[in-house]
Amino acid sequence: MKEVNISELERRFQEKIDNDIRIEPKDWMPDEYRKTLIRQISQHAHSEVVGMLPEGNWITRAPNLRRKAVLLAKVQDEAGHGLYLYSAVETLGADREQTIDDLHSGKAKYSSIFNYPTLTWADMGAIGWLVDGAAIMNQVPLCRCSYGPYARAMVRVCKEESFHQRQGFEIMTTLAKGSPEQKAMAQDALNRFWWPALMMFGPNDAESKHTQQSMDWRIKRHTNDELRQMFVDATVPQAELIGLTVPDPDLKWNEETGHYEFGEINWDEFWQVVKGNGPCNKDRIDTRRKAKEEGMWVREAAMAHADKRAKRKSA
Amino acid sequence: MANREWPLWEVFIRSKQGLNHKHVGSLRAADAEMAIENARDVYTRRSEGVSIWVVESMNLFASDPSEADALFEPADSKVYRHPTFYDVPDGIEHM
Ligand SMILES: [Fe+2]
Ligand SMILES: [Fe+2]
Ligand SMILES: [Fe+2]
Repeated sequence: MKEVNISELERRFQEKIDNDIRIEPKDWMPDEYRKTLIRQISQHAHSEVVGMLPEGNWITRAPNLRRKAVLLAKVQDEAGHGLYLYSAVETLGADREQTIDDLHSGKAKYSSIFNYPTLTWADMGAIGWLVDGAAIMNQVPLCRCSYGPYARAMVRVCKEESFHQRQGFEIMTTLAKGSPEQKAMAQDALNRFWWPALMMFGPNDAESKHTQQSMDWRIKRHTNDELRQMFVDATVPQAELIGLTVPDPDLKWNEETGHYEFGEINWDEFWQVVKGNGPCNKDRIDTRRKAKEEGMWVREAAMAHADKRAKRKSA
Repeated sequence: MANREWPLWEVFIRSKQGLNHKHVGSLRAADAEMAIENARDVYTRRSEGVSIWVVESMNLFASDPSEADALFEPADSKVYRHPTFYDVPDGIEHM
C-alpha cells in the first residue's frame, strides 16, 4: 500500500462526512474528532447514570403501584441508555473503567440539571416532561450524528424516551387537575425546573466554543440556541393546556417570527452548577462512588466464579 | 489479581423467528451466561428479541476498512453477475 499523508486522510474523512457517510470505529479519524466524541459521549453516558439518582429518590414513595412500576421502568431505561453509551465510548478506544473513574474524580462532567434536588412527587412529573423533553430535543438530531455507534445508540434511546416524557406530563396533568394543593405542587415543580431545563442546552451560541467544529463534523446538527428555542416553542403551549404558568415574566409570543421570546437565563447559576457548586453535586458523586466501592466485591466474586468454571471446563 | 475488568462481549439479537441475528452493541460481563442475562436487560426491554448470541469481543476478527477497496474490488468489476447485464428480447416476460 502506498503512503498516504495526514492531510489527504483528513480530506477523505471530511468528504465522507460531507456526503453523510457514517464513520465507523476502525475507520481513520482525526485525533480531535475522536477526543471530541469521547468527551461528548462519556458526558452523555454519565448524565444518564447520574440522572437515575433524582428519580430513584422517589421510587419507594410513588403514590400508587402504577406510578411506581412506571417510574421503575423509566429509571431502568436510563441505566440502559448509560450502558449503550459507555459501549459506544469504548469503540473509540476509551477505557471504560477510566471513563467512570473520571466521573468520580470530578474530571468528567454530566448534565447540570441532575444537581438539583427532587423535593416533591411533582418533581417526577416536571423531570419527565421538561428534562426528558429537553433531552429528546437534543437527542433526535444525534440519531444522524456522523459517528455510527453514537447514532445507533441514539436511535435506541430516542425510541425509549418518548414514554419518559409522556409519563411525566401525565403526572403534571393529573396534579394540575387535582386539589388546589396538588396544583400548587405542580406549579412549584415547574417553577424550579423550568430555568434549569433551559440551561440543559448549554451556553449561548456566542459563548459555545465547540459548536462550529462539531457542526462541521456533523456531530451536532443544530446550535444550542436553536434547540433551546425549539424546546420553548414546543413546551409553552403544553403548560398552558394544563393551566400552569411558565415562570418567566418576559415570555411572549412573537407573531412575526412565529417563536416565543423568553427572558435572560441566569448564566452565573449555570456556571456555578457546572463547576460543582450546585445544590446536589457532592451528593450525586458521593453516591456514585459509594455504589462502585460497595459493589466491588460482587464484581470480583463474579470474575472469580467465571475463572473457576472455565478452569473446571478445560480440566 | 484484584479489580480485573469484566471482558467485553458483542451482542447479536434475532428479532423474530425467520430473521438472522443482528449485531446490536456490546456490554461487559464476567462470563457468557451473565453476558446473555445482561444482554436481555440492556437490549431487549421491549421484546426486541427471541434469541441472543454473545461473542467475546477478543474472538471477533474484522476486515481492515483501509483495505476495503482492494478487498471488495473483485466483485465491483463483475457486472455480469447481475441480471441487469443481459439483454432480454421484447416479448419475453418471466425471466
Ligand atoms: Fe435517557
Ligand atoms: Fe438522554
Ligand atoms: Fe429519559
